[in-house]
Amino acid sequence: MVDPQPASEQSPERRHPPRLEETEEGAVLFNVPFPSDLSQLKGMSPIIAKWPYQINYIHSYGQDSPFFAGLANKKLLGTRCSRCGTAYGTPRLRCMGCGGECDWFELPRRGRVHTWTTCYFSGEAYLDETPFHLILVEWENVATLFLSRLVGCESADISIGMQVEARFRRNSKFNVADVYFVRAPKQT
Amino acid sequence: MRPVYMVAGGVSKFAKARPTVTFQQMVAEAFDAALAQVPALTPEQIDGSVASYFSDHFQRQLMAGIMVQDYLGLCPKPSKRVEGGGATGGLCFQTAWEAVASGRMEVCVAYGFETMSRVNTWKGNEFIALASDVSFDFPLGGFYTGYYAMMVVRHMHEFGTTVEQLARVSVKNHRNACHNPYAQKRLRLTIEDVRAAPMVAYPLTLLDVCVMSDGAAACILASEEMAAKLTDAPVRITGVGTGTDTMRMADRPHGEVLLLPHESPADYKGLKYPGVHSFRAGRTAAIQAYKMAGVTNPPRELDFVELHDAYTSSEIQTYEDLGLCRYGEGGSFVESGKADLGGLVPVNPSGGLLACGHPVGATGLMQAVFAFWQLQGRIGTHFGDSTLQVPKARRGLIHSHAGTGTYITVTIMEAV
Repeated sequence: MVDPQPASEQSPERRHPPRLEETEEGAVLFNVPFPSDLSQLKGMSPIIAKWPYQINYIHSYGQDSPFFAGLANKKLLGTRCSRCGTAYGTPRLRCMGCGGECDWFELPRRGRVHTWTTCYFSGEAYLDETPFHLILVEWENVATLFLSRLVGCESADISIGMQVEARFRRNSKFNVADVYFVRAPKQT
Repeated sequence: MRPVYMVAGGVSKFAKARPTVTFQQMVAEAFDAALAQVPALTPEQIDGSVASYFSDHFQRQLMAGIMVQDYLGLCPKPSKRVEGGGATGGLCFQTAWEAVASGRMEVCVAYGFETMSRVNTWKGNEFIALASDVSFDFPLGGFYTGYYAMMVVRHMHEFGTTVEQLARVSVKNHRNACHNPYAQKRLRLTIEDVRAAPMVAYPLTLLDVCVMSDGAAACILASEEMAAKLTDAPVRITGVGTGTDTMRMADRPHGEVLLLPHESPADYKGLKYPGVHSFRAGRTAAIQAYKMAGVTNPPRELDFVELHDAYTSSEIQTYEDLGLCRYGEGGSFVESGKADLGGLVPVNPSGGLLACGHPVGATGLMQAVFAFWQLQGRIGTHFGDSTLQVPKARRGLIHSHAGTGTYITVTIMEAV
C-alpha cells in the first residue's frame, strides 16, 4: 500500500532551496554592439528576443457535447455500447471493443478511487491551483475510468478503494473540471 | 524485406539550453559527427531522410524538418517528418529502417531534434500535456508527471513497489551518466537525495523525473551492400516492433496479460491487465521485435537495454513490459542490481533520459547511437572513458515511448 505524505517529512529548505525568483521580463533592447572586424562575428553572443503568442481556439466537443451539457445539469454521463454492452466511464460514442455505436447513460455519483496523486507543480495554466489531487474514479460494471480532481481532503486521507462522490460547479465553465469529487459522506 | 544496418551515428551534447545555435545547426553537429564515421560516404549516395521532432509549439515553426533538410544540403532528396510524442525518435528510426528494408533507399538518414528551452519549464509542461486529451485530461492540471504518478501509485498498490526502488533507478542512471560526456546531468546521488528532492507529484520527486533539453541526434542506415562499402563495423537491425494504446489513461482495459514466449498464464492469475500500471503498447512492441529477432528469453539473450526512462517509475514498468522480469517484479529487479552495469541486463548504461536529457525528437535516435557504439565496442572511443562499455555486447534493445504509453517502439540491434 501507499505511504502518503513523504513531502511533509522534508525540511522547507530542502524542498525549496533558496533562490532569487526568475521572471521573464527582460530589458527592451534597441541596439547591440557590433565589431568593425567582421571576422569576429562568429563569436557573437546570440540575440534572444521575446515573441508573445496568444490564440483563441474555437474548440468544439462535437459528439461528446452532451457530456458537458450533463455536467452543467449536475449529471455525470458515461456511454454504453448498444451492441456488446461495454460501459465506458469516460464517454466514447464508438465502442473500442466491437466498433458498435454507444448510447448515453448516467453514471452513479458514487465511485471509488482507482489511483491518485497530489501535484505540487503543473502546467503553467494551473500552477496557481497547486497543490491539488488527481484521481482516477472506478465504478462497478463500468469498463473504463474517469480522471478528475479530488477536493476537501489531505493526501494522508486518500487511499485506493476509498468511496468518492461527484460534485458539480454551479457556474459551469463547460470543461471537464465542471465535475470534481469529494470523499463520500457516510451513508445513512 | 532485406537486411538493414546502422553504419554511423552522432549526437549533439544535450543541454538545458543551446541559445548559441538554431535547431538546424544543432542537427548539423550530430550529422557531421555521424558522417565522420563513414568517410567513404559521398553526398550522392544518400538517398533520403526522415525527420523527427515532437512539438511545433516549442519552436513556433511549422515544417521545421525541411529547414533541417535544406541546411544539411539534402534537398531535393526525399524526406518526411514522423511524429508520435515521446516515441518520435524511435518511430523515425523505424521509418528509416522501412525505407531501406523495402528497397526504396540504399542509404537513409534519420535525424531528430528538440529545442525545449524556448519556453519556460511550466509552459513546456503545458505543451507536453497537450499530448493528452485536451477535452478530458488537460483541463485538470495539464501535467504529465501527475499522470505517471497515478500509474505508479497503482503499481505500488498492485505489486508492493516502493519509493526507494524508484529512487534506485535515479541513482543508477545518474551514476552511469558520470562516464558519458554527452549527458546533461552527471550526478552521484543516494536514495535519500532522491527522496529529499522537491516533490513534483506524489510519489515522484524532481530526481524521479527527466528534464527538458535542447539536443539533436542523427543515424545513418544502409543496405547490406552499402554497409559493406562504408564501415568495418556495421550493426544489423534484427527486430522491429511497435505498439499503441488509448490516448486517455482512463480508457485502458482490464483484461488478460499479453504473454511472451517464456511466460505462462499461471504467472498472472488474477492480474487485471494492463490497467494503468503497465504498458500494453510496450509489451506488444516487444512481442513483435523478439519474434523477428528470434529472442525467446529476453533477460538471457539481451546484453543491454536503452529504454525510455522519462520517469523512474516508467523504467520499472518497462522492465516488466520487455519481459526482463515478470510483471510485478520490476522494483526488485532494480533493487537487486540486475539493471546495473555488470548486472543481469544493464539498463540505460548511457544514463538514460533521466541523466542524458530528453530533447524529445532526438531522444529515440540518441538511444540508437549509444546502442550502436556499444555494439561496435567503441564506447571508449566516443566517451573518452570505457567504463560504460558492456563487455562483449552482441545484442542490444532500444525502446522509445510516448504519452502515457500511447506509441511505443522496440528495436533490436546486433553486432555483425
